[in-house]
Amino acid sequence: MIEEVVAQLRYRAGSLWRKPRVDLPLLGALALLMGVGLMTLYSASDLDRGQVISQALRFALGLVLMLLIARIPPLSLRNWTPWLYAGSVLLLLAVAALGEGRGAHRWLDLRVLRFQPSEMLKLTMPMMVAWYLNGRPLPPSWLTLGVVGVLIAIPAALVAEQPDLGTALLIAASGAFGVFLSGLAWWRIGLLLGAFAAAVPVGWHFLHDYQRNRVLTLLNPEADPLGNGWHIIQSKIAVGSGGVWGRGWHHGTQSRLEFLPEHTTDFIFSVFAEEWGLVGVLLLLALYVFIIARCLWIAAEAKDTYARLLAGAISMSLFVYVMVNGGMITGMLPVVGVPLPLVSYGGTSAVSLLAGFGVLMSIHAHRKAVGN
Amino acid sequence: MASVFRPLKETRHEAALFRRRALAGFLIIVVCLLALSVRFRYLQVEQHDEFSTRSEANRVLTRPLAPARGLIYDRNGVLLAENVAAFRLEVTPEQAGDLQHTLDALAGVIPISDDDIARFNTLRKGKRSYQGIVLRLKLSEEEIAKFSINRWQFPGVEVVPYLTRSYPLGAEFAHTVGYVGRIDSDDMARLDKDDYAGSTHVGKTGIERYYEDRLHGEVGYEKVEVNADHRPLRTLPDGLAPKPGENLYLSIDSHLQEVAEAAFEGRAGAAVAIDPRNGEVLAMVSVPSFDPNPFVNGIAGADYAALLAAEDKPLLNRVLRGGYAPGSTMKPFVGLGGLELGLRKPSDTVLSTGEFFIPGQSRAYRDDVRGGSGRVDLVQAIAQSVNTYFYSLALDMGIDRFSGFMSRFGFGKPTGIDLIGESGGVLPSKEWKRGRFNQPWYPGETVIAGIGQGYWVVTPIQLGNAVATMANRGVPHVPHLLRAAQSGIDRKVELVDKAAALPSVIKKPDNWLAIEQGMIAVVSSGTGRGVNDGFPYVIAGKTGTAERYSRTDETWTSISSGPIERHQVLFEAFTPADDARIAVAVALEAGRSGAHDAAPIARKILDAWLPGDREAQGNLLGARAPAPDATTQAAR
Repeated sequence: MIEEVVAQLRYRAGSLWRKPRVDLPLLGALALLMGVGLMTLYSASDLDRGQVISQALRFALGLVLMLLIARIPPLSLRNWTPWLYAGSVLLLLAVAALGEGRGAHRWLDLRVLRFQPSEMLKLTMPMMVAWYLNGRPLPPSWLTLGVVGVLIAIPAALVAEQPDLGTALLIAASGAFGVFLSGLAWWRIGLLLGAFAAAVPVGWHFLHDYQRNRVLTLLNPEADPLGNGWHIIQSKIAVGSGGVWGRGWHHGTQSRLEFLPEHTTDFIFSVFAEEWGLVGVLLLLALYVFIIARCLWIAAEAKDTYARLLAGAISMSLFVYVMVNGGMITGMLPVVGVPLPLVSYGGTSAVSLLAGFGVLMSIHAHRKAVGN
Repeated sequence: MASVFRPLKETRHEAALFRRRALAGFLIIVVCLLALSVRFRYLQVEQHDEFSTRSEANRVLTRPLAPARGLIYDRNGVLLAENVAAFRLEVTPEQAGDLQHTLDALAGVIPISDDDIARFNTLRKGKRSYQGIVLRLKLSEEEIAKFSINRWQFPGVEVVPYLTRSYPLGAEFAHTVGYVGRIDSDDMARLDKDDYAGSTHVGKTGIERYYEDRLHGEVGYEKVEVNADHRPLRTLPDGLAPKPGENLYLSIDSHLQEVAEAAFEGRAGAAVAIDPRNGEVLAMVSVPSFDPNPFVNGIAGADYAALLAAEDKPLLNRVLRGGYAPGSTMKPFVGLGGLELGLRKPSDTVLSTGEFFIPGQSRAYRDDVRGGSGRVDLVQAIAQSVNTYFYSLALDMGIDRFSGFMSRFGFGKPTGIDLIGESGGVLPSKEWKRGRFNQPWYPGETVIAGIGQGYWVVTPIQLGNAVATMANRGVPHVPHLLRAAQSGIDRKVELVDKAAALPSVIKKPDNWLAIEQGMIAVVSSGTGRGVNDGFPYVIAGKTGTAERYSRTDETWTSISSGPIERHQVLFEAFTPADDARIAVAVALEAGRSGAHDAAPIARKILDAWLPGDREAQGNLLGARAPAPDATTQAAR
């Protein structure tokens, strides 16, 4: 009995090794990105090996998770989707009821491990949208759209209430991309965007004071240079002083001397921009563009609508991370806690991102096997 | 999977739709990231210079370095003001945690007064919490030891070395050298903020105040790299060393000063000794005095209140601000005025009967001796201090010519000595009285002005200056204390440029000779008899005994009778009479007579200066002040 299980496990591990079912260009690009991330983290943490090793371990964990997910056929994922979605929304409700965290209720303490259920939604949300749209004629009708809207709004509102605007934005965006890719008519998109723009003043009333301050600070950071404006000003100084060629690895003073707050997490891009300059920034953005393009390619290759929409939504979400984070550190967008994918220090985000890439790998690996 | 009841899904169409959408989405992504790249380019290329500057400003803190204050010496190189290493206790609020608790606990280890706490709280207002704030200055070795043992209890509290000003001769030079004190808000308004960025102290009185510019030096700076909490991490190589202030050498001779001060035996008064040939002040004493050292690091409130309340006013600089009725010490000057104005010849005589009347008035102006001194000429009138001679002379002069002539000797205005806070005294005139009291001038006031009484008020420095001018045959020099300066320890001590001698205020040298005769007669046979005994040079002098209140009792037969407090007593002298090298003025606030109480003090000063040739040996620079030339004339 035990021997059977062991033998089974050994076979599985062996096949994982022999047939990893990965897309090598994507894996290569991700490895390069993680390398850049660890290198930047080493500098941003002021040469703290401990932090780098702990981040590398999370990457390793995420990669193992990715390889495991890659072996799950998209069909199974599709079947599990409603349960996964329902489960993660329930966890969100649990967090709202009894969660704990620093100022914001984001964390669920399960004694064994603490994690943010909102991270799960980054994956289960596009899965749910893809699952729902998969069963509907496309392009979607208003009715379909309405149902999808509710599916997106419930978890997004719960997360925004935590309050974690950045994650809520990412969750909502991942869902919205699914709708966009499903071929929603352009005029309907225009109509929705118009309605959204009209709702902004209403939404303003529901923002927390600190969130409003962040928006106001964006408009005039110098008005409060030691308070809310500090992040933006110091980040812009870091980016601007980098120049074209950068100040060199571990030569950025803004983070080393701790002027730049959260310089290993949300503002690590500033450190990168300071040390590697415009050239480094363009290369890094090019790497992201490559990853997104490759992911969209995988999505286009997928044989069923569920897999296509899921893969497409995950790839485009990656763009939201980069855009919101890059916009934040350059003072274009408000300070919203969105990490730079696979570069910012932090476990949950890295693991959930790599899990997402695992789904993509799975779709890639099963592109021929599954049809609708 | 697709249900037959639902509209048909067109898989192939959906796939094509997806590809188009994915392409559109990808294009949107590329456009957005291009916009982001443009933003990066804007910050990193166009605004690079500005942000580089701001990054540098973030990182580098320029810390001012206080220059070492110049030292002050007497003419022989005796140190009067020095900088000594001391230790102070500084508290950094940010690191100290619960500040009140820290202060309470500290007070259990070393004494901390309420004054210290109050000052600490005042200083705190102007500083950031990461800056150290002085809690105690001048810690004793015992205090440092006690704190060091308990140091682990006090994060953010540190013993910091610094240089503090010290006055080794203490009270003896408090009124001359003055003292420095902590920069307060008034000083801040007056001083250049950049120059004093690193300085904690500034000259408050005396030489320390007057020559602040020379003594202070030039501020330097160091650049330190700091982190966001402003904690210094390391000193960067580029900086500027501060330039120490100039070392100053005063014309004062500390030995002479010491002798003069001792001669007062604690009686309130003042004395000035001047070299009449150049205006150098050799000694200036104001008794009583005070120890300036406690003022440097903040005198305790109670001690300061006690000094302020003391009846004999130790804080008053009597040399500059003490007002005395000059009395008979003015007679040589009045007599000289008679000769110079052509109203008298030296041989002219006046009959002293004991009483003088203005023609047509009945009020009697008395002589000091009952029944008068008989018929006296100028020399006798000065020697015996015969009031009647000067009553009639003043009356003949009239107050306008009288005060006009007296102002040539510097009465009624500050002498211009290099100290702050000098009073101008009062030289009575019609204008002065009109301005002060809005009243007309009466002839009787002219009469008593003739013997240095009435409204007339002189300061000891004015009297010393006038006597020095007289001693120098009418050629005045502005009295001054700064003799030489050294602009760096490796530099030569150089004499400072002196003001050019002004033209003599005496037109006919013979007139001066007559006055000199009179003043020599004062000490040889007149009111100051005996002052010259045993002295190797001829002394010319004049006593002064000014009434603080008039005779009310006829039993006081002469000016020297009655209670001692009744008089301010003065003595002025110069010697050698023909070629004076020192002129002295002494004023005592209470005494029997000028001859009895003030003259001995003057004699002790002369003894200490001339016979042992202290003047010659005690000349640090060998040569006397260089002859003034046209350029130095322009400078002053």
